[in-house]
Amino acid sequence: MSDEHDYKLEAKADISASEASFPPIDYVPPAERPEQELYHSKSWWTTYVFSQDAKYIGVQYACVATSIALVGLFLSLTMRLQLAFPELGILSAPAYYQAITMHGMIMVVYFLTALFLGGFGNFLIPLMCGARDMVFPYVNMLSFWVFVLAVLLLVISFFVPGGPTGAGWTLYPPQAITVGTPGNLWGIVLMLVSLVFFVIGFTMGGLNYVITVLQARARGMTLMRLPLTVWGIFVATILALLAFPALLVGGIMLLLDAVLGTSFFMPTSVSMGELLATEGGSPILFQHLFWFFGHPEVYIVALPAFGIVSDLISVHARKNIFGYRMMVWALVIIGALSFIVWAHHMYVAGMNPWFGYFFATTTLIIAVPTAIKVYNWVLTLWRGNIHLTVPMLFTLGFIITFLNGGLTGLFLGNVTIDVPLSDTYFVVAHFHMVMGIAPILVVFGAVYHWFPLVTGRMLDQGLGKIHFWLTFVGAYMIYAPMYYQGFLGVPRRYFEMYESSYVSTIGLNVFITLSALVVGLAQIIFFYNVIRSVLKGKKAEKNPWKANSLEWQTPKMPPEHGNWGEKLPTVYRWPYDFSVPGADKEYIPQNVPPSEVAGAKVEKT
Amino acid sequence: MKKKEETIFQLLSQKPWESSQAKLDNDHDGKTLNLSREKIGVRTVIVVSTIIFSFFIVAYADRLLIHDWKSMPEPWLLWVNTSVLMITSYFFHKTKIASDRSENEKVKNGLFIVGFLSFVFIIGQLLAWYQLLNLGYFASSNIANAFFYLLTTLHGLHMLGGLIFWGLTTSKFLKGNYRISRMQRTIELCAIYWHFLLIVWFVLFGLMLFT
Repeated sequence: MSDEHDYKLEAKADISASEASFPPIDYVPPAERPEQELYHSKSWWTTYVFSQDAKYIGVQYACVATSIALVGLFLSLTMRLQLAFPELGILSAPAYYQAITMHGMIMVVYFLTALFLGGFGNFLIPLMCGARDMVFPYVNMLSFWVFVLAVLLLVISFFVPGGPTGAGWTLYPPQAITVGTPGNLWGIVLMLVSLVFFVIGFTMGGLNYVITVLQARARGMTLMRLPLTVWGIFVATILALLAFPALLVGGIMLLLDAVLGTSFFMPTSVSMGELLATEGGSPILFQHLFWFFGHPEVYIVALPAFGIVSDLISVHARKNIFGYRMMVWALVIIGALSFIVWAHHMYVAGMNPWFGYFFATTTLIIAVPTAIKVYNWVLTLWRGNIHLTVPMLFTLGFIITFLNGGLTGLFLGNVTIDVPLSDTYFVVAHFHMVMGIAPILVVFGAVYHWFPLVTGRMLDQGLGKIHFWLTFVGAYMIYAPMYYQGFLGVPRRYFEMYESSYVSTIGLNVFITLSALVVGLAQIIFFYNVIRSVLKGKKAEKNPWKANSLEWQTPKMPPEHGNWGEKLPTVYRWPYDFSVPGADKEYIPQNVPPSEVAGAKVEKT
Repeated sequence: MKKKEETIFQLLSQKPWESSQAKLDNDHDGKTLNLSREKIGVRTVIVVSTIIFSFFIVAYADRLLIHDWKSMPEPWLLWVNTSVLMITSYFFHKTKIASDRSENEKVKNGLFIVGFLSFVFIIGQLLAWYQLLNLGYFASSNIANAFFYLLTTLHGLHMLGGLIFWGLTTSKFLKGNYRISRMQRTIELCAIYWHFLLIVWFVLFGLMLFT
């Protein structure tokens, strides 16, 4: 007790020596702007269904996104069974294409984008920034329900005549809307309308995330004191606001081609032996629009994952993040560069081959900030006090997975290497590693980390470890053979593959399918863990991981409506003050005033 | 707290862990831009809409070069609609000035005139459609027609979206259930949005006129 007192006195003496009229060390001038009015729900419907509380909306988003992801997972398992045992005839050729299309679309757009930005964004942004809620709670609620509408339209497309579209998740015209492609009448129309609603709903949400981060932070929370999770979600949201319009524009024009018979993208073409009425449209234009959205989309999924991983590593290795500013710069630079690499998805689309070299160069440049991030994660671990908790295991799994997924991306980014590997299983393995498995490992890590904050109970760590090892090792047993298949030249998108005199990977296909089934079934452990822990899990103590960021410092845990009780928090430091030399405690939360940790020295980073 | 002007580069090179920076940061009031959240909201919407229209213009320019493009005539009605939109924007500006001076009677009249003229514009656009359809310019018959209908529809939808906010503002104003500073801000933002719609229309109309 007396020690602490002495520290305070010393600190005060220090300051008064350097600056005679400086106010006491904790003093923060009173806020000049009035606090935002908080919306209070009045009825059961507005509390539990049409909720305007960002935390609740976040959980709603996560539940809907996860439910639709289970459909996507089921589709992938049926495809794997079909590939391993074609003689069983599980999927016909059209059904296989429909499964490919819906699996891709669901996982990329309706699951990962919605989960990271809608789910984690809504839950974490106000809490981590020290706000009571998003700046436009009503618009936020609307955003969620428009998303639900989009998901419903997607689900309805499974039950219309002809089934869902089978055009591939890229929906390239002309084949997306011509006869012969499954779902070319109803399926494609519902798909496009659903995407249009998704973009509209997302724009409403994105408006909230950006403006909340910019304008509604707690006192003392500068941009450079934000946790990297918020930075990742913030930059990703800006990317999404700029990139989704391209999808919207392409989608609307394709919709008109399908419904009104215009020829925005439809070239002069012969279908079933007859000349179509359309002429002159440019299918390549659609590809440019699609990939102008599609490539930033990769980073819309990856940047929040980067941010979350940085925070998880720092908390569970009890060390400040290495190169905080560099991490922020890397996020911003990756975001900016992601808009000038889109055509590396189109090397074999009939572009001028020299044009491809520009995009190959920019693609290689983007590897620099990405590599900086990986180095900084590793350097954060270096001499850290690593706690191998379940979130940490998933984080480490992410780094390895992202590394090998990203490195194979460098191969594919070069025109000369891409051309022979294009449309093989190498590409399938690459993008599943880098934007399928890697972000999902982060999602799991984040769920194990923040579950106590959402429910007030811990997830079972033992089951978590089993879940991790099955998922992680299983994922490699699925995708490592696929890299090899790709080198052999096994083409993707084929619905059945038998023995041939050139390549035979029948055995491998069976192996991959069995691994996929194991990984798929392993997720039951996770859902069992979640349900059991919600009902009767171990009660979490306050701030169970001893983290510094503001979301764990709420007066009640889980945080109540309005988050902060009577008084908004004041922020005195960045969120990475772990193991500070001279401090009494091993971690110093962001809202601890300087007088309480007067002995702490600042370590350079 | 007075705001020090900082460039984005200065901001991104702050060292939040340094004690000298920490002193500055503790005084920060948690706001990045000195603007209201509504204003930033409208600006973001304008940026996103601009991007959407830019993509359409790029697609338009790309498609224009292909030989099957047949330009369509511009009915004189479009010129009338353009002037209606200009007058709307002018009246919105007047209304905004009146609301800044708290001249309630003028604001009320101004809001009604603006709403009326906006509906006149939308009906005018529909009539122009009707004329063109009667002349046989269908969306499916040539891509130039399709672009015309598409772009006018999108512009009209933007105006309908604006009219929802216009309706909310006007009904609040008539009920008298508002704070003056808040109402002034709302009217200013609606006016900005209407000017934006005018500029978009100029660009789109000019594009269709000269090609």
